[in-house]
Amino acid sequence: MTENATPPLIQFAGVTKRFGALTVLDDFNFEVAPGEKVTLIGPSGSGKSTVLRILMTLEPFQEGRLTLAGMDYQEPAGTGPFKASERHLRDIRSHVGMVFQSFNLFPHMSVMRNVAEAPVRVLGLSRAEAEARALDLLALVGLVDKKDHFPSQLSGGQQQRVAIARALAMRPRVLLFDEPTSALDPQLVGEVLAVIRDLAHEHDLTMLLVTHEMRFAREVSDRVCFFDKGRICEQGSPEAIFTAPSHPRTCEFLASVLG
Amino acid sequence: MMYGYTWDTATPLAYAWSILPIILIGLTVTLKAAAAGFAIALVLGLVFAMLRRSRFRSVSWTTACVVEFLRDTPLLVQLFFLYYVLPEYGLTLPAFLTGALALGLQYSAYTSEVYRGGIEAVPRGQWEAATALNLTRMQTYRDIVVPQIVPRILPAMGNYMVAMIKETPVLSVITVLDMMALANMIGERTFEYLVPLTMVGVIFLILTLVCSAGLHRLQKVLPKAGIPLR
Repeated sequence: MTENATPPLIQFAGVTKRFGALTVLDDFNFEVAPGEKVTLIGPSGSGKSTVLRILMTLEPFQEGRLTLAGMDYQEPAGTGPFKASERHLRDIRSHVGMVFQSFNLFPHMSVMRNVAEAPVRVLGLSRAEAEARALDLLALVGLVDKKDHFPSQLSGGQQQRVAIARALAMRPRVLLFDEPTSALDPQLVGEVLAVIRDLAHEHDLTMLLVTHEMRFAREVSDRVCFFDKGRICEQGSPEAIFTAPSHPRTCEFLASVLG
Repeated sequence: MMYGYTWDTATPLAYAWSILPIILIGLTVTLKAAAAGFAIALVLGLVFAMLRRSRFRSVSWTTACVVEFLRDTPLLVQLFFLYYVLPEYGLTLPAFLTGALALGLQYSAYTSEVYRGGIEAVPRGQWEAATALNLTRMQTYRDIVVPQIVPRILPAMGNYMVAMIKETPVLSVITVLDMMALANMIGERTFEYLVPLTMVGVIFLILTLVCSAGLHRLQKVLPKAGIPLR
């Protein structure tokens, strides 16, 4: 945040993102400090998920500048939609992990393999090292006993917890959660939120969370940003946003979701 | 006499029995050609499918043209071209190799379409998860995409395998001594075509039936989610 002196880990400066004629992010400015836990809320189509997808290099953007730990997403001589080489994008990705709304576990891999595969392939760990790391993480999400199961044998909540372990196995500095509980049956939401809540205590892990779980957002985040039409129209501490929102759009939105 | 075996045309049965060893020698050539051809088609088809999905327009477009050309010209023309035209440019391949290559090339155009359909059916979320884990494109194909599409493409691949086995006799026109070529030669020498050609037909029938049954079995035992990795 702006009040402390540490340089931001993530900085969007005037980023504009369009899908054809539709402008999803419009001259977007946003900073995240190292270790900060930020929740993005707002109506659907307001650009929250797009912010995460751009950070994960799943989507390019057209204008402005985005940096992560001082690294520019776009290279001066970069080509293609991302204006960057694949190698450069992979450098950036090595700092970022993502948890998806629909889990996206690999259906043909056991839970163990899902978590251990990328550390072996990408980080060059030995199979034994990667599996030891995976076991620790499966313990963290409470699924050690499911390590030999396949995703189809797990509940949605369990699948999402595996997906969190899988993302953590790459030791990212930034972990992005894109509506991690939206695809879950209501009774399974709690177990996933409990895992994320534990992670929020990790001092060094920077977290960006897009969610519709307002009570949870209030509990875990250092800052809440309210999105509307491709911009942040209000942001502040959870207390400020949830108890005393100042922008009429925020009031309207909170009234509709909190009932 | 052929390959040291003499034929006995006294009765159809004796005739069949006496030429069986010769036909079986031809069968090994047929099987080798089909196996080599299909191996080429499986690998090259995947390469074509991957190149067609390249981010570089020039690569995907060129690949599309090559695939379309291979698909839309007769196997016989391709076969003659490889066998008679390439040597004029200094590239002479043995008949068997030429035949396997021609089969493989033509069928790689078909299999690339099968792969393409399979790859396109992999949900976008799988690619995105692979990107988020920083897997390279090659690793994504090898570890995530291909194992998942195998159950889905198996029936179509099986059909092409059977079709290719049935097309191997065309190699006899460039002097490959496959089952068909040998049966034909026996016929020319004995003036008795019925038995050798019937034998070839029956052996092809058995071959394709066995292949179909094997594929069916494989489809049953393979999990729908893909080749399991533990």
